[in-house]
Amino acid sequence: MTFLAVDWGYIGEHLFSDIVFEGVWMTLRLTATAMFFGVVLGTAFALMRLAQAWPVKAVGLAYIWFFRGTPLIVQIVFWFFALPQVWPGWAPWNGQMSPFTTGVFALAINEGAYMTEIMRAGIQSVDTGQMEAAKSLGMTYPKAMRRIILPQALRVVIPPTGNEFIALLKNSSLVSVISVSELFLVAKLQYSSSLLYFEWLIIASLWYLALTTVGSVIQAWIESRYGAGSYGPGAGGGGVALRWLGFGARD
Amino acid sequence: MTNSQLPTRNSQLEMRDSPLLDVIDVYKRFGKLEVLRGITMPVAQGEVVAILGPSGSGKSTLLRCINHLEKIDGGRILFEGKLVGYREVNGKLKEEREGSIARMRAQMGMVFQRFNLFPHLTALGNVMEAPVQVLGKSREEARATAIAMLNRVGLASKLHVYPAQLSGGQQQRVAIARALAMNPKLMLFDEATSALDPELVGEVLAVMRDLAAEGMTMLAVTHEMGFAREAAHRVVFMDEGVIQEEAAPAEFFGAPKTERARNFLRRVTQT
Repeated sequence: MTFLAVDWGYIGEHLFSDIVFEGVWMTLRLTATAMFFGVVLGTAFALMRLAQAWPVKAVGLAYIWFFRGTPLIVQIVFWFFALPQVWPGWAPWNGQMSPFTTGVFALAINEGAYMTEIMRAGIQSVDTGQMEAAKSLGMTYPKAMRRIILPQALRVVIPPTGNEFIALLKNSSLVSVISVSELFLVAKLQYSSSLLYFEWLIIASLWYLALTTVGSVIQAWIESRYGAGSYGPGAGGGGVALRWLGFGARD
Repeated sequence: MTNSQLPTRNSQLEMRDSPLLDVIDVYKRFGKLEVLRGITMPVAQGEVVAILGPSGSGKSTLLRCINHLEKIDGGRILFEGKLVGYREVNGKLKEEREGSIARMRAQMGMVFQRFNLFPHLTALGNVMEAPVQVLGKSREEARATAIAMLNRVGLASKLHVYPAQLSGGQQQRVAIARALAMNPKLMLFDEATSALDPELVGEVLAVMRDLAAEGMTMLAVTHEMGFAREAAHRVVFMDEGVIQEEAAPAEFFGAPKTERARNFLRRVTQT
């Protein structure tokens, strides 16, 4: 079956092939792991940015400045090829990191820089009276942050974080340059040998679209449960996800 | 920081036996603006003090200094004879570690003008939060106390309701219950009724009067002259960062001594 000189049957045959599934699975693992660490880094550096002490604040600022200001692909190549060349033992665990580990590392650190700004904005969106009320009840800063401020910041943070997740899903294709066989690299290897560029890019794109669509649906679901809007029955109060993160409370 | 010598405690002790709270010659600046200029105010156990004064007189700042939400620039604040927010090192005051400040604050309740309830928690959740998180009580115990406190402020039917669904007066009563659940030795009210619609002021004042009648030590910055007149043991009138006048309510409202107080009373009773 040909249309526009495209072999549509070939696409159909390979769309659900094992090799493609492996690529999709790798893309998902990369994205999910990097996003998780990105959120953790983002929260930590956002708290540093908001700290009173200027050296701490400066570290937070420098992190964002550097990792948001240089291209992600440069950072990926840097961690995998450049740094080990000048400093072979840089990784705290026996020298060389695997392409996957380096990929997650590079994506997470880059993502963390964007998440830092998102978390900072979220934390600052919470009324200052909330911290004062928490302190007046005898809570220390970390406790007030965890129990009172962050759960409220979370709802502001969800929509931009969903955006970040979708961007990261696509940006994860950049780690193909350090030979992590994720979805795009699978497609690339296949079109290089078969010369069916169009077909393989369609296959990869359909999967990226499927993943981002699922991502958007999940985001919409989370938003409807915890997102902006009034707190009331059915919303907030600490659902499973929030409780799992140690936020919120039952009563 | 510029600290005057600790005044000889004898003079204080003679006045009343060791006050629960002792504010001694406290100064506070915001930049160049001097908000408190030498406030001295002992508060005895069980005493109800109404702090009156025009806006900008420093009354709210004083309250916030007492539980160290604001640092002070001079003087001392003692709670049960212990420095609030500072420790003395070679005659100089250094800010205390966060943990000890938090422990001190846990013994004082504070009620804010804008309620500051936690919007992500129900009324019950708001009241349970600190006893569980700060005092380490079990959820069962905290829940029992919380229900009792909400009952006390007349909100037993609103346990599972979120703050956004409560009226201003109800929110403020939850805030009072939240503070009371910590079993505080002192309650600070920072214009607790100023943000309320007029018809909701009464329900909050009623709770405050009950507390006063039960012997709670209270410091209330307020614009409610009725409350000051009837529930307070003592009225402190502040203006321009200084205590201008201090008297029993009958005396203050009947025969104010200073011109400022007379002007103030004329203005607030005009409406």
